Amino acid sequence: MLTILHKQLLNDYQQDFPLSPTPYLDIANSLGITEEEVLVAFSALSEQDFISRIGPIIQPNQLGISTLVAMAIPEKHISEVAEVISQFPEVNHNYEREHHFNLWFVLIAHDQQHLTHVIKQIEKQTNFKTMQLPLLKDYFINLGFQLNLEPQEENFPINA
Amino acid sequence: MDHIDRKIISASQAGLPLTPEPYQTLAEQIDISVNELMQRLTDMQEQGIIRRIGAIPNHYKLGYQHNGMTVWDINDAHIDELGKKVGALGFVSHCYHRPRHLPDWPYNLFAMIHGKTAEAAERQIQQIADLLGEYCRAHEVLYSTRILKKTGLRIKNNVPS
Repeated sequence: MLTILHKQLLNDYQQDFPLSPTPYLDIANSLGITEEEVLVAFSALSEQDFISRIGPIIQPNQLGISTLVAMAIPEKHISEVAEVISQFPEVNHNYEREHHFNLWFVLIAHDQQHLTHVIKQIEKQTNFKTMQLPLLKDYFINLGFQLNLEPQEENFPINA
Repeated sequence: MDHIDRKIISASQAGLPLTPEPYQTLAEQIDISVNELMQRLTDMQEQGIIRRIGAIPNHYKLGYQHNGMTVWDINDAHIDELGKKVGALGFVSHCYHRPRHLPDWPYNLFAMIHGKTAEAAERQIQQIADLLGEYCRAHEVLYSTRILKKTGLRIKNNVPS
C-alpha cells in the first residue's frame, strides 16, 4: 500500500531533489522525519518499480542527436522485428501501439552520420522502411507530471 | 559540456544510490570531488542540459495504464502558440512539434497523456481537442499496447567522451 509518505515523495520530489551532500537527510528534515524513514520509503518505491530511478533528467537533443521513428509492421512479424530493433544500443523507448504505424521508438546517436547509419542498418536487418519524425520544438512547461494518487490507492500494494 | 559532464550524466542514468551520501558515491566513480560534481550538476541545470533532478515515476505501475500518444494536424501558423497551451496542461507529460510525413502522416503536434481509466484518457483528449478548436484539422490517438524496451538515456557506447 502506498503510504502518505510514499505519495508525498512521489509528488514532491519529481523535481528539486536536493543537490546537497546529504539529500535524503534534507528531505527528512523538511518532512520532520528521520533520514532512515526517507531511505526506506524510497527503497520500497524503487524496488517495487513505482519509480524508475532518482537522478537528472536530460533535455532532449542536448547530447548528440535523436529522432522518433515509426514503422508499419505486419502483425505476424512484429515480435521478431521488435526484437531486432531493441538489440541496438541506440534504441530507447520502443513501444508497440495500436495503429497502421505500430512500432515506435526513439533513436539516440552522436551525430547525423551515426543516426543515418543506424537507420540503414535497421531497415536492412528488418526489411521494413522507417518514418523519421525528429523533434522540431519542445513545448513542455510543467516541471513534473501531477500524479493523482488518491482515489485508487488500494490498487497499489506496497510492502515497506 | 565536456567529457566529465558526459561521465556524470552517464553514471547517473542508473539512478542515485539510496545511501546517505549518494553524490559522494557518484563523485568517487568519476574520480572528482563531491563539490565539483554538485557544481557541475548545478551548471548543467542552468545551461538547460539537465531539465530537472528528481524521482522519475513509473506511470504504468502507478495505475496510469491508458497511455496515449495523441497526434494532431495543426495549422502551421498557430502551432507554437497552441503547442505551448497543450504543453501547459497538467495531464500532458510531453508535448512536441514534429514534422509531417505526407501522405502517410499528416500530424505535426504530439502530446502524451496518461489516464487511470479509458474514460479519464478520453476526457483528457477532449480537453485538448476543445483547446485546439478550429485550428486542428484531424487527430488520432495511439495507445501503447506493449513496452518492448525502456531504458534510461544510453550514451556510454554512442557518444565519444
